[in-house]
Amino acid sequence: MSTLAQATPAAADDNPLRQVKARNGEKVIKALLATAAAVSVATTFGIVISLLVPSITFFSEISITEFLFTTTWTPLFANPQYGVLPLIAGTFVITIIAISVAIPLGLGSAVYLSEFASSKVRRTVKPVLEVLEGVPTVVYGFFALEFMTQLILRPIFPGIQVFNALSAGLVMGIMIIPTVASLAEDAMSAVPGGLRDGAYALGATKRQTALRVVIPAALSGIVAAFVLGISRAIGETMVVTVAAGLMPNLTLNPFEGMQTMTSYIAAAASGDVSTGSIEYQSIFAVGLLLFVITFAMNALSIRLVRKYRQTYQ
Amino acid sequence: MTATIATTPSPAPESTLEGHGQPLIDKTFRWILFAATAVGIVFLAVLIVYVTLKGLPRLTPALWQNMPSIRNPDTAGAQSAITGTIWVMAFTALTALPVGILSAVYLEEFGNAKSRFQRVVDINIQNLAAVPSVVFGILGLAIIARAFQLGQTVITAGLTLGLLVLPVVIISTRESLRAVPQNIRHGSLALGATQWQTTWKQTMPAAIPGMATGTILALSRAIGEAAPLLLLGAVSFISFNPTGPFSAYTTMPIQIFNWTKDPREEFQILAAALIVLLLVLLLAMNAVAILIRNRTQRRW
Repeated sequence: MSTLAQATPAAADDNPLRQVKARNGEKVIKALLATAAAVSVATTFGIVISLLVPSITFFSEISITEFLFTTTWTPLFANPQYGVLPLIAGTFVITIIAISVAIPLGLGSAVYLSEFASSKVRRTVKPVLEVLEGVPTVVYGFFALEFMTQLILRPIFPGIQVFNALSAGLVMGIMIIPTVASLAEDAMSAVPGGLRDGAYALGATKRQTALRVVIPAALSGIVAAFVLGISRAIGETMVVTVAAGLMPNLTLNPFEGMQTMTSYIAAAASGDVSTGSIEYQSIFAVGLLLFVITFAMNALSIRLVRKYRQTYQ
Repeated sequence: MTATIATTPSPAPESTLEGHGQPLIDKTFRWILFAATAVGIVFLAVLIVYVTLKGLPRLTPALWQNMPSIRNPDTAGAQSAITGTIWVMAFTALTALPVGILSAVYLEEFGNAKSRFQRVVDINIQNLAAVPSVVFGILGLAIIARAFQLGQTVITAGLTLGLLVLPVVIISTRESLRAVPQNIRHGSLALGATQWQTTWKQTMPAAIPGMATGTILALSRAIGEAAPLLLLGAVSFISFNPTGPFSAYTTMPIQIFNWTKDPREEFQILAAALIVLLLVLLLAMNAVAILIRNRTQRRW
């Protein structure tokens, strides 16, 4: 790793060969390139502004406490209620199901690929996981509704509703395996081989080495993988929109249909909602909540990754 | 860290040093891990077999020759969704490629890694890559469709998806630029070339295969994306091909979504057939990306 870092200095700035005085055209080009780089920052600003402005109007009508702590979400009723808790409950239930699939299987795959698999197996399995990650989410939604619910869950649980949190959560969990696995595997591969050799020299088996040396050494990266997986589950839209139904439902029963924050946004914004109405602005208020939650988790995950990179590079 | 560690970073699966304490537990552990890995693979296989078998009856030329229809499931096709996808992808590429490649060139070749601007951009790109895609739909709806008044059109969809995959293009382009050895830059600069001449004539050409791979992967992410487009007008019933950038549109993932929502079994079969078409397209794009990577991999 250290040789790699030496061969690629981060910036060309300390380059002794660079011409002393740049031509004017160069300055224009550099400015143009910097502008391109600024587009991504502008995108983030755009997102924040597009969420904040309508949300401010929304919260001038509906108080934040009413939004966050009341339990009825009926924006389309004659007497609309804007208590977001049912959407949070839906998001929570489906995320819990998804990560209880994705975390053990993702971590298991990562340990297997990093510590046990031969390089030949690794070369075959990794592209397959990449394909699993590349399948469009609407396809997973279709599969959750048509296959998971109809052919697997209904025969086992006859009382389950056609649209239910369980099938969406299970399929989403498998969908997130590659995210968790690849990040966790990166972290474990960054653990220096010397640590493993030390454990082996003390008589540890591969299992003991993996569990007591490699996983603890890669812990911050593994936690980062979990956090990113959770954040993806919270932000996933199509699987829940297709398979979990569109009824806000304050329940923890996974056999029932429920609406999540994301599927509310998708459903409300694709329906006939008149611009400027409170229900239109509620899309942005829910979007803001979703953005704040996922943003905090992503930031945490990025920090954790940076931590293990600093430790081992 | 010593040099020996640096040269052997592999997790030593062939190491003969490990002990032989409790063979049964160790063997079981290994099998559990193997099973965990296999779940994802088996799931993918089941998914592919299921949609193929289900969609097979409708995998006929009518799928791309006919237009969607609500009344006639027997003759409905997905032509407007296929042409819509091509139109939207063209504008996605036109947005994400120039902006993404130029950003990456700036960050990798011109910027100062320690400057505040670059640090902000860096962290921002990492965060942006993990923002839920439906939030990009909100951005497209509020800013591109309404504030810029581009409406619910092909160009709005293309710009939104372009911004969505921008981090993918930037990150992969940066990696391919970083893989170009420093000697090439030094040689060019030593001959009197300016920094831009060096970048344009030496560094960027050497990084083209990597950029191409990253670009294809970015577009294959965009082509399957449905959530942001739900907010940008793609769900309305469209039975005509887009006529230009300001035309109404629908795309393949959205057509799959619309058909999945319809309780009639014929539409479920149609959805499965279109899924097969979309997956074939995606696998082909991935195969091309891998092919480019393998063909042009240069050892420096």
